[in-house]
This record gives sequence, C-alpha cells and structure tokens, in this order.
Amino acid sequence: MESRSYMEHYSMNLTLKVWKQKNADSRGNFETYQVKDISSEMSFLEMFDVLNEQLIREGKEPIAFDHDCREGICGMCSMYINGRPHGPWHGTTTCQLHMRAFKDGDTIVVEPWRANAFPVLKDLVVDRAAFDRIIQAGGYISVNTGVSVDGNTIPIERENSEKAFAAAACIGCGACVAACKNSSAMLFVAAKVSHLALLPQGDVERKTRVLGMVAQMDKEGFGSCTFTQACEAVCPKEISVMNISRLNKEYLLAGLSSEK
Amino acid sequence: MKWSEFFTSSVGKKLVMALTGLFLISFLVVHAGINACIWANDNGVMFNTAAHFMGSMVVIRVLEVGLFAGILIHIIQGYVLEFSNRSRRKTGYTVSLGNKGSRWYSRSMGLLGTILLLFFIIHWYHFWIPSRFTGVHETPMVLPNSDGKEVHNLYALMKETFSELWVVIVYVFACFSLCWHLVHGFQSAFRTIGVSNQRYLVIARTAGIAFAIIISTVFAMMPVSMYLGWVE
Ligand code: SF4
Ligand code: FES
Repeated sequence: MESRSYMEHYSMNLTLKVWKQKNADSRGNFETYQVKDISSEMSFLEMFDVLNEQLIREGKEPIAFDHDCREGICGMCSMYINGRPHGPWHGTTTCQLHMRAFKDGDTIVVEPWRANAFPVLKDLVVDRAAFDRIIQAGGYISVNTGVSVDGNTIPIERENSEKAFAAAACIGCGACVAACKNSSAMLFVAAKVSHLALLPQGDVERKTRVLGMVAQMDKEGFGSCTFTQACEAVCPKEISVMNISRLNKEYLLAGLSSEK
Repeated sequence: MKWSEFFTSSVGKKLVMALTGLFLISFLVVHAGINACIWANDNGVMFNTAAHFMGSMVVIRVLEVGLFAGILIHIIQGYVLEFSNRSRRKTGYTVSLGNKGSRWYSRSMGLLGTILLLFFIIHWYHFWIPSRFTGVHETPMVLPNSDGKEVHNLYALMKETFSELWVVIVYVFACFSLCWHLVHGFQSAFRTIGVSNQRYLVIARTAGIAFAIIISTVFAMMPVSMYLGWVE
C-alpha cells in the first residue's frame, strides 16, 4: 500500500500482462489487456471477472484462473502477481487482495505458480494434486478418537494448542512452493506435520506420518529446503519456518529410531 | 527406514550438509587459532612451532583425513543439492521474487561455495601442497629448544606469498565470501538439525553472525598484516 489511505475510493485504468496457455502441452505466452474504470474497492479476482466479461463480449476466450471461497480460506486462488505469490500485500490471499493496492496507469504482470510439481493446466490454473497425495501419505489421524467429545475434555497445553492452531491455518495454496527458489514444499508439509504432532490425537502416528509425507513430497519432485525463508514471507497464513525446524526434528527422531 | 533412504531423502541430504558444515566450522576455529600465532611478532617462531606440532602429530594427521572427507562430502552434496533444486522449476518467472522475501546470500550459497572452492585450490597450492608434498623452499627454521631440529619455515612462505598484492586481494575476497556463507550456513545448520526453539535459534543466529564476522576478519587480516608489514 502506498501513501493512499485505505478508505479512499478511486477508479483506475490498468494494463495487464497475463500468462495464456491453451493446455498442459502447449507453450503459452503473455497477452496484454487493458481494463478501464476499475474501482479501488474491487478485489483482484473481481477485476479479473470484469476483464473476462469484457473478453466474452468481444468474442474472445476468457482467462482461466482458480478460485472458490473468495474469502481467504480455500487456498485455490493461485496467482503470481508482479513477482510475488498472492500479490503485494503481506499475509493476504489473491482473493483478499484489493485493487487499492494499485494505482491508475499501473502495469500488472500475472503468472501461474511455477514448479515442475505444479504443472500448468490452462492459463493461470495449475495442478496441485501433488499436495493431496502428500496429505494422503500421512496428513491425517486414523486412530479411533471415539465419538466427538466436548471441546475441552482433552487437556492440551496452551502453548502447544496455539502452535498447532497456527500451523493448522495453512490452506494448502502452494504459494510457499511458488516462492521458493528450490520449489520446496517444506513449509506446507511442515505445517501439516506440526499441526498434528503437537496434539495428543496426532501423537500416536507422528513417526509414520512424517516419514510418509516427506517420502511423498520427494517423490512428487519438490526440492529440498535451504532456509531462504521466502516461503514464510509470502505465506498468506503467515506460517512460520519454525515449523520446518520442527519437521526436521520429527523426521530425524522418526528416521533414527526406526527399527526396520 | 533404511539408512540409505534416510540419507538420500531431501531432509537427510540437508542433514549431511549441516553436520559437515558444523564440522568444518570447528576446523576454522583451529585453523584461525594457529595462524593467529603470526601476530606474536617473534619472526614466526610461535607460528612455525604450532604448525610443526600440527603437522607431526599422528592424531592430527588422522583428523586431517576426516577433514578432507568432510570438505569433499560438503562440496559434492552441495552441488548435488544445488543442481537438483535448480531443476525443480523448468519454466521460470518473468518477474522474479528477488529480495522480496529472502536475502541474497541465503539464495547464493552455491555461488559463495564455488568461490570458496576456487579459493581453496589456490590456497592449497600456496601452502598445503608445499608443506606436505613438494617442500617449502624458504630456508628452514631451527626452533628454540629443539636440539637444532629444522622445520619448514611456513612463516617465511606466508611472507613471500603475501608480498604480492593480487594474492592479498584474492584472499580478502575469499574471506568476504566465507563471511556471507557462514552468516547463512551457521544458523541454517541448526534449523536443519531440528532446533525448533525460538530461544536457541536467536542464539544460533546471533552467534552465527558474530562468528562469521570475527573469523573472516581474523583470516583476512593475516595477508593484510603481512603485506603491509605489520608483523616482523
Ligand atoms: S504454508 Fe502458507 S503458503 Fe504454503 S500452502 Fe500453507 S498457507 Fe499456502
Ligand atoms: S479463493 Fe479461496 S482462498 Fe482465495
């Protein structure tokens, strides 16, 4: 946000350079679009809606992009805006980014997430099924925890419950991978591992979980973590890299104490 | 889980980097400590005594093998990681993230490491190879209280080597690279071995920065002191 106040309303004309790619096998290139009279109160995705309606009216193909909740909780809205996943605002998803982050006459470059493990399907839409497969490899609790009990019947140390809760905020958007020079998925995996390992319900399977999830992460072709911390800087849920240290600890303890 | 699986996983590979890195850091302390003897300003007696002691002790020679193994593993694993990590994004971005989330030196460990590797080759050529294999041509020194025993005059070799300005510049530049390599590497190593406690990480980060600055300044001052004639 520049010097403008959050409450100021204005409209702007913008130049957009957006990645267009027909399908997973085609090469793709940037297309330039002009949009006019965009309100500072619109969200970034609403601006794309306006552009797409304009393209449809002109008989052109609209831009494909992922979105679902539009309230910052589903993690679908993957856009790399002006060199940063989810755009210029800290701790914000693309759908929660508002046009007041930009000013009249700006040029905005929008690219899809780039990583071999997240192949582009069409335009700005990437395939993030690799994250689903990592979750399937251990990101759950399969022990019987009984019928749902009253919130506070299982005593959990406050510090741990807060850390687990902060880690559980990860929405699986993949911005961490998009930002990392190694295309590493460590922040995502670390958030999931930490979330469950810190709670008594997840404690039972903590070893098999971390080993399984890291093995799947490697199989999917994500790089390894070299702690540049770019992931933390762009994460819309501000997941801390401390979780990566915790994942490392969990992995070492599980790997070294393994009997097989 | 098999050992082979453990050490070839992405986390295991980083653990190898962290452990060898920390081992090399401990070597830097010993190396700097011995070299600091040049500042005794006694025409190299103390320095040559220390260097002779290090070169003649069996234990040290065995450790030297460990040291080279450590360096070699750190270099090879470093390059393996660098190239495999780089290959994970076939199509790059048009607008790069740049400094918007990370520091240049954290992203440049491969480059800094390569500068250090090139420097080591020059450094070994200057000192380690003559002292171990080809011989030091400077007049040997007779250490006091040694019954007239002659030892390599590495001190004289140092003075000779550092009488050339380009050599001094290369060494100072290498120390600069070492400093940034350590600022990132020191704290990153602790994160990799699983230190996930805020208190200890603050210590690791602060100690890492202090260590990086002190050790590289000490090393850089050696050629500078010799070139400028600060030591006899
Ligand atoms: S850790 Fe953050 S950036 Fe990564 S997937 Fe989760 S919410 Fe997105
Ligand atoms: S659309 Fe759901 S988080 Fe943005």
